[in-house]
Amino acid sequence: MWLFDKDLWIEVFNTLGKNMFRTFLTMLGVIFAMIILMLLLGSANGMSNGFDRLFAGTASNSLFVWSQSTSEPYKGFERGRRINFRIEDASILKEQIPEIEVLAPRIELGSHRDVVTVYRKGRTSGSTVYGDYPEIDNITKKKLVEGRFLNKTDIEDSKKVCVIGEETYKLLFDKGEEAIGEDIRINGVFFRIVGIYKPNDNINIDGENAVFIPFSTFQKAFSSGDRMGWMAIAVEGGTTVPIVEQEIKKILKAKYDISPTDERAIGSFDMSEIFNNISAFTTVLKGFSFFVGIFTLLAGVIAISNILLITVKERTKEIGVRRALGATPRIVKRQIVLEAIVLTAFAGLIGFAISVGILSGLDALFGQGDDFPFKNPMVSIPQFGTSFLLMVSLSVLIGLIPANRAVKIRPIEALREE
Amino acid sequence: MIKIENLHKSYKMGSNSLHVLKGINFSVEEGELVAIMGSSGSGKSTLLNILGMLDNLDEGSYTLDGVPIKDLNETKAANYRNKFLGFVFQSFNLINYKSAMENVALPLYYQKVGRKERQEKALKYLDQVGLKEWATHLPSELSGGQKQRVAIARAMAAEPKVLLADEPTGALDSKTSYEVMDLIQKINDQGNTILVVTHEPDIADMCKRIVHLKDGVIVEDKKIKQVRAAEHV
Repeated sequence: MWLFDKDLWIEVFNTLGKNMFRTFLTMLGVIFAMIILMLLLGSANGMSNGFDRLFAGTASNSLFVWSQSTSEPYKGFERGRRINFRIEDASILKEQIPEIEVLAPRIELGSHRDVVTVYRKGRTSGSTVYGDYPEIDNITKKKLVEGRFLNKTDIEDSKKVCVIGEETYKLLFDKGEEAIGEDIRINGVFFRIVGIYKPNDNINIDGENAVFIPFSTFQKAFSSGDRMGWMAIAVEGGTTVPIVEQEIKKILKAKYDISPTDERAIGSFDMSEIFNNISAFTTVLKGFSFFVGIFTLLAGVIAISNILLITVKERTKEIGVRRALGATPRIVKRQIVLEAIVLTAFAGLIGFAISVGILSGLDALFGQGDDFPFKNPMVSIPQFGTSFLLMVSLSVLIGLIPANRAVKIRPIEALREE
Repeated sequence: MIKIENLHKSYKMGSNSLHVLKGINFSVEEGELVAIMGSSGSGKSTLLNILGMLDNLDEGSYTLDGVPIKDLNETKAANYRNKFLGFVFQSFNLINYKSAMENVALPLYYQKVGRKERQEKALKYLDQVGLKEWATHLPSELSGGQKQRVAIARAMAAEPKVLLADEPTGALDSKTSYEVMDLIQKINDQGNTILVVTHEPDIADMCKRIVHLKDGVIVEDKKIKQVRAAEHV
């Protein structure tokens, strides 16, 4: 196997080492091309990772459904009728639409009564108060700083417990004061704090200043009956959210006598749409980076081929001598192609090493901040592998140009005395 | 060893062709030392190129060591050259970034001889031309005569059937020329067949046979009494 022929490699490195400066200049094009390609790909990856971090904790295949007022008269009802979901809607939807994985009903204090007071030791926070099921945590994950989130027992026993936001804590407590186990008063009812959460740095559906209490406790404490404000729904992976969304609305419209064409009576928000848009954006960005990078690389490899062409011209005599001494065209060709491959591969690796360094630097500079969607900008091994393979195959193809030129040199012409 | 019958060769020069070799009949026995003489344009270099399989013949036949040399593609020609022929050029044609030993070992590399054996053989042939101590030197560090001796060692390293020398002393002063011819004679003494192309009569006199070419035909082919180069050194 010629690949393991030590002498062949010595021949190749000898010729390349003969003129180090030129060899280096030849490689420069590919080095830069590799850097550009890797930086583009790395940045696109960094952006993609950054967005992922931004949306971490929010189920991407989720939607939110809430009730509004009708905009069309229907079945004898006037337009402008306020729709109120009932708690049984949750089980109806879950039963009829098997694609629904999680359905967390929620009710908000103040949407029916006007004043909300969250009070502790002479301070009020003006927080939003939600009655929730623990399942909501599967859709919009809460980062808990302290304590725990609501659980099943809280619901079953209608415990008077609450989880408050960090913002709420700041408004109601002194700095460093222990909050877990303390009581706060919501519209006159005492609740014990069991957890404090930190808002996600991303989509904030709940707001930062909010208090969560068990849904069942909410019903009793604020006598909301079987009313329900809105639903957070996660659908099974592999199902498209808009289809489920349509189905949910159809069922609810039929139940509440809403015109099928009424677009305003039920509000909804499809989270997957945002995710799809962003992932489409990053995919396009990655594709574009690859496209630009590969063509830069092609230019670099062509530059190598060009220099080799010149080298071949300069080495006419040497090649002629080799031919006279018994080098077959195949041997000559192989050596030139190998030179092209070695140059490209070396340059590629150098470029790769440099770009890894630059990307680490970029990560250190921008990757740690929370507000800029840029994190861990690195190329994946498959990405690097593909680029590298593509580059080497290009160098083989393009190395054939000077190689064929070298083979065309007839020894007699090469050896002719000037 | 070499047998050439009715050899014709012409070159196309634009619309008209130049008939360089016009029916050459010529044979060389094993162990001969032949000088091919002639003024420039007589066709001696063309003859050597054809003998060296660097050029194709138009008409006639060429047999080397019983092997008919015809229908050569480049690969076949390269293999034959490697197996049958050793070349010595006027301008030495050593590869300038390879040491003397590496230069000598090059034809062996193309014969796929192992690395160790190659080095041993190269050293052996360098020793024969008296340059063993210069094995690691680059051609640029050698004198003209030394370069030509390295080139001869390189030509001999492949143990060819025939050694073809094209003006081997053309770039050397007369003292060095005689040293090189002394070496060639010694190699010939060992039974090697050697062809020397030259236009210098004193060099030709150091061979055993002189073939005179003029306008593409052999005008004279005579055996002579060899002048030993060693007498002049």
